[in-house]
Amino acid sequence: MWVFDWLNAFPPLLVYLIIPLAPLAGSLVAGFGGWKLQEQAHWAPLTGVAVSFYLALAVLFQTLHGVDFYGNIYIWAVLGHLQVPIGFDVDSLTALMLVVVTFVSLCVHLYTIGYMHGDPGYARFFSYISLFTFSMIMLVMSNNFLQLFFGWEAVGLVSYLLIGFWFQRESANVAALKAFIVNRVGDFGFLIGIAAIYHYCGSLDYRTVFAMVPHLVGQTVEIIPGHPWNVLTWIALLLFIGAMGKSAQVPLHVWLPESMEGPTPISALIHAATMVTAGIFMVARMSPIYEQSATALTVILLIGSITALFMGLIGLVQNDIKRIIAYSTLSQLGYMTAALGASAFSAAIFHLMTHAFFKALLFLAAGSVIHAMANEQDIRKMGGLRKAMPITYITFLIGGLALSGIPPFAGFFSKDLIIEAVGISTLPGAGWAEFILVAGAFVTALYTFRMFFMVFHGKPRMDPYIRDHLHESPWVITVPLIALAIPAVYAGWAYIGPVGLGHFLDSSLVIAPQFNTIGEIAAHWQGAGVFLVHGLEAWPFWLAVAGIVCAAYFYAWNTGLPEWLSRILSPAAWLLESKYGFDTFNNTVLVRGVIQFGRLFWHVGDEKLIDGLMVNGTAFGIGKLALSWRKVQTGYIYHYAFAMIIGLILFMTYFVIWKG
Amino acid sequence: MNASLLSYSIWIPIVGGLLVLAVGDRRAALARWLALIVSLLAFAVTIPLYTGFDTHTAAMQFSERVSWIPSLNIYYHLGVDGISLWFILLTSFLTVLVVISSWRNVQTRVAQFMAAFLIMEGMMIGVFCALDAILFYVFWEAMLIPMFLIIGVWGGRRRVYATIKFFLYTFLGSVLMLVALLYLYFHSGNSFDLLVYQHTPLGMTAQILIFIAFFVAFAVKIPMWPVHTWLPDAHVEAPTAGSVVLAAIMLKMGAYGFLRLSLPIVPDASHKLAWLMILLSLIAIIYVALVAIVQEDMKKLVAYSSIAHMGFVTLGFFVFDSVAIEGSIIQMLSHGFISAAMFLCIGVLYDRMHTRNIKAYGGVANVMPIFAALMMLFAMGNVGLPGTSGFVGEFMVVLGTYQVNPWYAILAATGLITGASYTLWLFKRAIFGGIVHPEVAALKDLDAREMLVLGTLAAFTLLLGVWPAPFLDIVHTSVQHLVAQIAVSKIPA
Repeated sequence: MWVFDWLNAFPPLLVYLIIPLAPLAGSLVAGFGGWKLQEQAHWAPLTGVAVSFYLALAVLFQTLHGVDFYGNIYIWAVLGHLQVPIGFDVDSLTALMLVVVTFVSLCVHLYTIGYMHGDPGYARFFSYISLFTFSMIMLVMSNNFLQLFFGWEAVGLVSYLLIGFWFQRESANVAALKAFIVNRVGDFGFLIGIAAIYHYCGSLDYRTVFAMVPHLVGQTVEIIPGHPWNVLTWIALLLFIGAMGKSAQVPLHVWLPESMEGPTPISALIHAATMVTAGIFMVARMSPIYEQSATALTVILLIGSITALFMGLIGLVQNDIKRIIAYSTLSQLGYMTAALGASAFSAAIFHLMTHAFFKALLFLAAGSVIHAMANEQDIRKMGGLRKAMPITYITFLIGGLALSGIPPFAGFFSKDLIIEAVGISTLPGAGWAEFILVAGAFVTALYTFRMFFMVFHGKPRMDPYIRDHLHESPWVITVPLIALAIPAVYAGWAYIGPVGLGHFLDSSLVIAPQFNTIGEIAAHWQGAGVFLVHGLEAWPFWLAVAGIVCAAYFYAWNTGLPEWLSRILSPAAWLLESKYGFDTFNNTVLVRGVIQFGRLFWHVGDEKLIDGLMVNGTAFGIGKLALSWRKVQTGYIYHYAFAMIIGLILFMTYFVIWKG
Repeated sequence: MNASLLSYSIWIPIVGGLLVLAVGDRRAALARWLALIVSLLAFAVTIPLYTGFDTHTAAMQFSERVSWIPSLNIYYHLGVDGISLWFILLTSFLTVLVVISSWRNVQTRVAQFMAAFLIMEGMMIGVFCALDAILFYVFWEAMLIPMFLIIGVWGGRRRVYATIKFFLYTFLGSVLMLVALLYLYFHSGNSFDLLVYQHTPLGMTAQILIFIAFFVAFAVKIPMWPVHTWLPDAHVEAPTAGSVVLAAIMLKMGAYGFLRLSLPIVPDASHKLAWLMILLSLIAIIYVALVAIVQEDMKKLVAYSSIAHMGFVTLGFFVFDSVAIEGSIIQMLSHGFISAAMFLCIGVLYDRMHTRNIKAYGGVANVMPIFAALMMLFAMGNVGLPGTSGFVGEFMVVLGTYQVNPWYAILAATGLITGASYTLWLFKRAIFGGIVHPEVAALKDLDAREMLVLGTLAAFTLLLGVWPAPFLDIVHTSVQHLVAQIAVSKIPA
């Protein structure tokens, strides 16, 4: 395209390098110059991300024309005989991710100018989110497992820093710590997975590893003696543990709802649109490995489905607007994971993309609401906001319809594609998974529109002072909302063909013939229009409509009903409100257990046994011994003389009797 | 010049230290400046070791060999290879930082304090390049004396208990090493040359006994579980600079001993007893990390964290894989930067608040943002985040050990979780949060001197994390050689 033509004058590697380095430079300027720049600190990060976005578009355009890139920048280290480089793998999958990441990041940067205005950590915030963008770009552009792990942990670090951004708050610090440690549990599996890859493939480079994969088919490993496991299943599951941490799949999901302690812009950027989808991206990137293991795919399918429904259900009983959206994110990540399990990698990436748009939109709109409500996040204290905030209202509605899967909005296409693919899948448990995902459609619509009606419709329930000062947010906030609402409307029907059915992503993905669910859908493909009409006759759509109708009835017209319902269903409500007890279990068993063991080892092991018994005990013992032996040394000559004579006699006896 | 670089590296700080001592305590300012100049000079003479180092050979470089006590065949024999080079540079580099960091917070007996560090620097470098057993032993024991004095004179309240514990532990260990060295002397035809020992055939029983003697000496220094309890006590009582040298350099002596003596001299015993070493390493990684989590004294916490990190080092040694061993060496180097920085950070707080109790802090980031940012970087290094030096060594050790036994790697990798737990929980309690104690509200952020010291360490922590290749290049050939060496049995046929 003509707007990108001038870039051809530069070496391609330079262009690729600038994509991550521009936000990094922005981050450094804001970070080191923040004390001086103060409220002007946004310029460098904003410019950096804008440059990245522009170049990402250029790269996407190139990959559309089949121009890929695979090359190294520098040798990070030489391990044995293996050179481990830092390098880029830029193909269609990477290009798509780059555009999604930089676009949402750009919107969030702009939005932040308004949202964080006046915060003492203004510059620090910009420094962090640009650093995040850099890390995420490094993650998606990587051509090897080392750099992937670098990006993987770096986004985790920035997520930790941003969740705990308001570090004066105890709850924010706890949430940040929890997020980091739970992610580390995932990374633990991920690291072992990388070690296993290194062991079996002798390389960390994607292409070399993928080329080795066919040779590993049928090889087994006995981690537990007597139980041979398929090597590829072992590797695939280890890597997936990493994905479960980052993409918050049950049971490593516990950190995500609490991450809402962070400022809203990062909930949109990190905890909805980009970082949490890193796990989805990773599994798609590793499709050559996953396609060799039906076991791993089944596990992924089931975990994804469970997360999709059961996390959505918790969303029904939440009252914090951000937590509702967070549980929704968990549920949607579950859909993506289920798609991965069904080998519908392109559908997962497609849903990742549409979800990035409409979920970032919902979060930012929620932030706009929170802003207008003077930092109130409880939807029970809102209501009737539609009049004061028309732009927020419309864009939130668009996001909600997209999330609920109402055609022709983006979410409908991506979610229906996933459900259809899971339906075709022949993996054990696929039928059950499909049922769960269809049921999830109702739940999604219900919690989304419960929130929608309670926030924007009905009687205002806030205190009068806030009600009188309600106002639409400034343009830096509404422009990103509109910018995200546009793809939330059209990205579904426009891209389901090229992205969802995967022709665009074909070169990046490997799909085994026996798992080719997307190929089967593509074989009967008659265009987005037919897909839409077909969708109108299917369960998910009608369940979603039912969900919206129920929500409208419960929360806009007959508002007494939900309370009555929760009373007669109190065990279920209790189960949901306690979030199935994951937190209780983790706190009482794991956290307390670790601390108890630490105390035990410290006080009993180190202090009592080692120091008390062995070290000081030895000293004490020697002292005791010396004390008793001292008694022998009386100082009287005749005592010593007597002892010598006895000794002499014994010696002589010995020699005479035994040696003589 | 090149021919006696190692001698300069050893004797410039020692002679310089004596000069500083001669200046006396009355002229504290002069003593400080002289110490700084000596330490810079000593650092400067070690740089050509790096620039002139030949990475293509595993042979000893910059060798010096002069007869010392001819009647006993004892030589003044020095040399470096890829295994020892970084530790010499680390020692001379950190001593500069130690002198700068003690500029103001040491006010009593300044000349003696500075002199102790300079003399200790020379002796530690001596350990890293001695190739004669007696010379090695002399340096090994002699370096304890300055550290003994540093803790005993400038230490905290329980310093006497700590110094005696420290001294007895390390001294008793070393005596056994001397016995082993003497055995080797007679067995090798009256030679004290460590390089000769590497080619001396030894039966299995002798090897095992020698290994155990070495093990006791080195395990105490590292320290390995269960002979580690002197370290937290010593750290708690030591002044900041003492902790820095103790953690960053002295702990490496034991690990270096394994590489220079145990593995090449008694390879068969090393193989035979590897299971024990691996077991103790894994205990260090798991058990000690759990102990670190529940500490309430910041220095104790970092001390236990050091033991856990050194567990990775010894684990890497005893899987006999070149990637793991190189990882161990990088881990030692990285730990030199990060533990030094962590103790300096605690020192910064201690200088201002005179307590190391985590509960006395909270909300430091509010008043010391630059400090908080730098400490966050070091905390992340301690956690082993990719991009910092702390990651490289652990990553390589996990990769290398997986080759031998996946379970070792799995158990070692739990350090990923526990390391994050104790480091970041410390950070949360001490640095984040609202200000509870009025003393914290009055804290001042880093001054230029502190920023210089911590900033330098931060730069190296990042450099080693982002681009470890130049660091590994130095180590590579020597480790390959070592791995080849220990693969060959020395038991006489």
